[in-house]
Amino acid sequence: MDALPLRNRFVFTVLALVVGSTGPAFAAPAQGPPGAVAAPHFRLPTFTGVAVDSDSLRGEVILVDFWASWCAPCERSFPWLTALDTQYRTKGLRIVAINLDKKRDAAEKFLGRHEVPFVVAFDPEAVSAKAFQVPGMPTTFLIDGAGNILYSHVGFDPGKTEELESKIEEACR
Amino acid sequence: MTLRRSLSMVLLCGAGAALVSGCASMKVAPWDRDLLAEPKMSFSPDPMLSAIDDHIYFSTEGSTGGQDAAGGGCGCN
Repeated sequence: MDALPLRNRFVFTVLALVVGSTGPAFAAPAQGPPGAVAAPHFRLPTFTGVAVDSDSLRGEVILVDFWASWCAPCERSFPWLTALDTQYRTKGLRIVAINLDKKRDAAEKFLGRHEVPFVVAFDPEAVSAKAFQVPGMPTTFLIDGAGNILYSHVGFDPGKTEELESKIEEACR
Repeated sequence: MTLRRSLSMVLLCGAGAALVSGCASMKVAPWDRDLLAEPKMSFSPDPMLSAIDDHIYFSTEGSTGGQDAAGGGCGCN
């Protein structure tokens, strides 16, 4: 065996190792309608002190929003969530905003800056986020009355809410 | 001798590649990014000051985008 082919093989091996081991780092999280997937169950304490249980909301359309105080798009999404609550509450939509801050006071400071007419739950251990496989912050899940995930969306852009709003409109009919 | 040396090189470089890219598949969970989101974790702790520095730099050097953007060197800014 002469040196040149072995050197080529060596380069190939190193490249394969690097590409193989860094590949999963660039994998994009899945977005869009996930189909009829059952939403995971959650029971969490809320801002008012009463626990919210996903089973008790069965029969209603639920919008679950995962957020944190340090997430800038979450800050922009709260006025929109408030507007949604005003518009769709009478049509059967219940918004549950699940906070994932590890420090409760950071979340309460955030909530002090916003009008919050919907349910805010706290999950510092991120148990529900793990169950929902939240890929980024914020992530919104639209759940139908049967407890199935109708739609999910990662991130928030105030100019791109039509799709989610049309899904809510459809689900609330 | 050449074969042994080459094999050692392959092993060494393989170990090196594994070492530098070993954490590439380990993602920080979205809810664990609170510390990463803190202003002190950004490359530029004061974006306003950086913008002023950039402006002074390209004005004195006469090279728009001289630091981090595409551009010419017309010195007309």
